[in-house]
Formats: sequence, C-alpha cells, structure tokens
Amino acid sequence: MNDLFVYTLRLGDDALIAAQRTAEWIAAAPQLEEDVALGNIGLDQLGQARSLLQYAGQVEGADRSEDDLAYFRDERDFLNLQLCELPNGDFAHAMARLLYFATYQHLLYEELRGCADEMLAGVAGKAVKEVAYHVDHATQWVLRLGDGTEESHRRMQAGLDALWPYTAEMFESDDLVRRLAVAVDPSTLQAEWERRVMAVIDESTCSRPVASYQHSGGRTGRHTEHLGYLLAELQHVARSHPGATW
Amino acid sequence: MVTDTAILEAVGEVADPEVPVLTIADLGVLRGVRHEGDEVVVTITPTYSGCPAMDVIRHEVELTLNSLGVDGRVETVLSPAWTTDWMSESGKAKLVEYGIAPPTGRGAVFLSLTVRCPLCGSPDTTELSRFGSTSCKSLWRCNACREPFDHFKAL
Ligand SMILES: [Zn+2]
Repeated sequence: MNDLFVYTLRLGDDALIAAQRTAEWIAAAPQLEEDVALGNIGLDQLGQARSLLQYAGQVEGADRSEDDLAYFRDERDFLNLQLCELPNGDFAHAMARLLYFATYQHLLYEELRGCADEMLAGVAGKAVKEVAYHVDHATQWVLRLGDGTEESHRRMQAGLDALWPYTAEMFESDDLVRRLAVAVDPSTLQAEWERRVMAVIDESTCSRPVASYQHSGGRTGRHTEHLGYLLAELQHVARSHPGATW
Repeated sequence: MVTDTAILEAVGEVADPEVPVLTIADLGVLRGVRHEGDEVVVTITPTYSGCPAMDVIRHEVELTLNSLGVDGRVETVLSPAWTTDWMSESGKAKLVEYGIAPPTGRGAVFLSLTVRCPLCGSPDTTELSRFGSTSCKSLWRCNACREPFDHFKAL
C-alpha cells in the first residue's frame, strides 16, 4: 500500500474516532457551556478528519470518498491510536484524554504544517490553531479538577492514571514514518510533549502517572474491544441505507 | 462575458448562514476567482475545519454563478489558513451592530484581553466559555448591563 495513503489515514482516523467520542458528550456534559464546548471541539476534530480522509481517498486513487473510508471499512482497517477509541469514562477521564491527545496533535501539526506535501501542510496549518484552543480547554479543567475538591482531585488523578498506559503509542516510530519524507516521526515529539503535559499535571497538584505496561497496536489495525462498538454506532445508518442522501 | 470583478462582487454578497449579517466577502471566506479553460473556478476557505456553514455557502455560490449564466464550480482551499485578520473592517462594524463583539488580538493567546460589550460598550466583561453557539464564537457576559453576548474569537 501507498505510504502517503497509510500515513494520511492514520491522522484522519485519529481525528475521526476522537470526534466520535467527543460527540458522545453532547447533552451529557456536566454543564450547558461544556456541552457547547465539547460540541465545538468534536466539530473541529471531525472537520480535520474530513479533510484528511478526503485527501487519503485522493492519494489512494481507488475512487473512495471520505464517506467510503469512514463508513465502509472494518475495525482492522482503522489505524487510529487506541487512546482515541477508549470509552469516555467520567468527565475527568475526558479531560485527561483531551490533554494528552490535543497536546500531541498540536506538536504534530506544528511540524506538519511545514512539510513538503501541500495538502497535509494546509490541513495542519488550519488545525494547529483550533487544537491550541483544545489544549487550553483541557488544561483549564485539569487544573480546576486536580486542584479542586478532594473528590475532583481523586477523579482527575484516576483519569490521568487510567489513560497513561495508552500514551506511548502516540510516539511510536516505524519504517513507514522513517521512509516517508513528508511524515513527522512522532518519536521526535515525545520529550516536548512530556514537558508540557507534566507541567500541567504538576500544577494541578496531581502526581505524575506511571505505567508498568504500555499498550500498542492501533497503527497496524489492532484495537481494543471498544472500537467495534464505536464503529457499529458510527456506521450503522450508512450501512443500512447505502448511498442514501438527505 | 461576465468580468471577474462582477463575479466576485456577486458571489461576495452570499451571506454566512450562521452570522447572516456578514457576507463571505466581509468574512474573508471568499478567496478569489480564476479560469480553467472555459470554466470559472471560485475558491473559498473555511473559518474552522469543521465549519458546517461551508456546504451551504458552496451551494449558494453555485446558485449565484448559475444566475449570472456563468459555467463554474467552487473549490475549497485550506492554505493559507484563514485567520480573523481576513475579516474586513466593515464586517467588524456590522458584527458590533448585530450584537457580537468582533475579534481582537491574535489567535489563541491566552491572556485575558478585555472584550467590550457590544450592547452597552462597557469593558467590564467576563468570559463564560471559550466555546460559543458556533465554532467561531466564545460566550461572554457584561458585568455592567448583565447581558450575555457572543464574541467572534481571534484565530
Ligand atoms: Zn453591556
């Protein structure tokens, strides 16, 4: 398979699956402003996914549209990080994931906007500014919950700890990213990511999470059991009524 | 033969469905017009990647081209990325009149810059949420007149 296609699919799938999980918060967030905020954040992620999947389809050259790629691929064909597909958990979990993921996306897009591929650079240049708002939103909540009440602190710590074993996957390098000139080797982002995330965690009075084991496999299509359920919901209507428009 | 200027003027009048007081020319969403053989290509750019207004805007531009008798299509470009700097001064003035505080400052600079209340003009305002009724807005409250208002946030 074409390296550029696979690389673009990885980025697009991250954004798409993250958008789906974020959207699950709509009408379930702890306050109305948060419903609106998460709705907007999910919409940004979905917009990034659309641009990336559309481009992936173009690169592949097999006449697949963004919708074909989103709705008519099976679990093992998705190349997103496992971090993106995990169930939402409580609100502190959601903010821990947003902190981890948006900080990663921000560093990645910052690099990618200077790459030689005009389309990827364009998507990244647009997305980097949106993601800056996501990082800020997550940061504010991690600080507020971590340095809040005893209960909010306990939950924030639990969220940070639970998702930590899924963070190393973001920085895994492989032959493909080393071969593909326009790709950002994610291992080069890890030190700065840790510096930024740890600064927030320290200030939140939570302790730095540690993990004895780090999960991996999303980039090659190996997923947690949760992705199948997510896709069932995401793809159900499109597959029941293929080709339907409204 | 319809001139490029006439095309830009006509399609520039298409309104943003989310903030109908602004045209796509005011917003800076309209990028330009070029020719590919006999075909006219109008380029537009989204404010935010996921902006749901883009589909409606694309359709409205196509209808306008049709009504001019121009054979054309609409292309979405992402680069260079849209920023609030592209909004015209008259666009910003229209926003205030409509009750939305126009963008100030640059991008996600997380200092507390004062946003003036578009209703009473007071600088004594509080940000309630960085995210508002649409992607491009944040939600504020005026401490002087107590009214909530939208702020078109800087990007
Ligand atoms: Zn006021």
